Amino acid sequence: MDQQRERFTPIKSYVPFRGLFDPCPPIGEKYYSTPPNLYLGFQPPNLEQFTPQEALRKGTLWKVFYDYYDNPYKRGGDSSHG
Amino acid sequence: MANTMPIEYYQQLEEIQAIDFVIDELVLYLDTHPTDQNAIQQYNHFALYSKQIKQKFEESFGPLQKGSVNHQQDYWAWSGPWPWQV
Amino acid sequence: MEGPVPFPQRGEEIVWIYEKKLQYPVKVSTCNPTLAKYLVEQYGGADGELAAALRYLNQRYTIPDKVIGLLTDIGTEEFAHLEMIATMIYKLTKDAKPQALKEAGLGEHYVQHDSALFYNNAAGVPFSATYFQAKGDPIADLYEDIAAEEKARATYQWIIDMSDDTDLNDSLRYLREREIVHSQRFREAVEILKDERDRQKIF
Repeated sequence: MDQQRERFTPIKSYVPFRGLFDPCPPIGEKYYSTPPNLYLGFQPPNLEQFTPQEALRKGTLWKVFYDYYDNPYKRGGDSSHG
Repeated sequence: MANTMPIEYYQQLEEIQAIDFVIDELVLYLDTHPTDQNAIQQYNHFALYSKQIKQKFEESFGPLQKGSVNHQQDYWAWSGPWPWQV
Repeated sequence: MEGPVPFPQRGEEIVWIYEKKLQYPVKVSTCNPTLAKYLVEQYGGADGELAAALRYLNQRYTIPDKVIGLLTDIGTEEFAHLEMIATMIYKLTKDAKPQALKEAGLGEHYVQHDSALFYNNAAGVPFSATYFQAKGDPIADLYEDIAAEEKARATYQWIIDMSDDTDLNDSLRYLREREIVHSQRFREAVEILKDERDRQKIF
């Protein structure tokens, strides 16, 4: 299971083209999500599950689909941002 | 119905929500994996357990849905509070 | 895989019996009506929960039997999500006085609706049936469903980006995760309809 999760990153970024006359300071990196459902294919049987209480809190019964999201632009010291 | 609900209401409700969520997830899985015997067994297990804990909840806090027995003598089945109010 | 697998204790979805509980324990920690203005995008917006529910339930009548159950179950779950969004909006606005709503950018809404919920998007545009299609082609319709789930996921991300309310974001993360699982199931439905295991290939 952990191997499966390590095969992809759930967030990607790119740096938008900077024109000479762009009025605003550059945003740095632009982020987009690439969640687990893009990689799994047809779900195989007997994948590892959360407990019912955890599953409710996480929004999925199967660990493989869990993808925590937070505003990527507020991570201060991140790469070229800011 | 009191203006606020006791802590047991929230605790029991969340257990129901957790079990019913597992059922929701298994149902969607079975929709695309209709012959997975383990999942069918797990579904039946949780479906039975859900009925038990809902019955207990309904004895204290009134029916969750139409058709459940109303154990409350002092108000009609569909009085409050409603899910968005608690 | 031929024929329906008997499903004990099932069938509640068929008549949509209301159950007096939310799918997830929604909490809101700050009195911030501006967030209600954003959240309404998922109530009456193009990629919101109402559009999703109506889209999936409507497609069921013209799609192969193998995926009708999935459309029924996901479409029904979207109504549960609609009530979660309504709960958030209700909690964020119920005690707000007209002045507070005005400061939150909801002055125009107050003039039309007081604090009543209305099916419109974050910019106040009323809900429309043109937000979703019914093409009658199973692949076209399921691809739209996959796109709809990804668009709703993105909308939840943008709302989380705009919100500092930890409890609200917790519920929004739950709803975003549901979009991921639904997208997964619709992708599997496409694979089921593409499946050639029980057919002879003649080229």
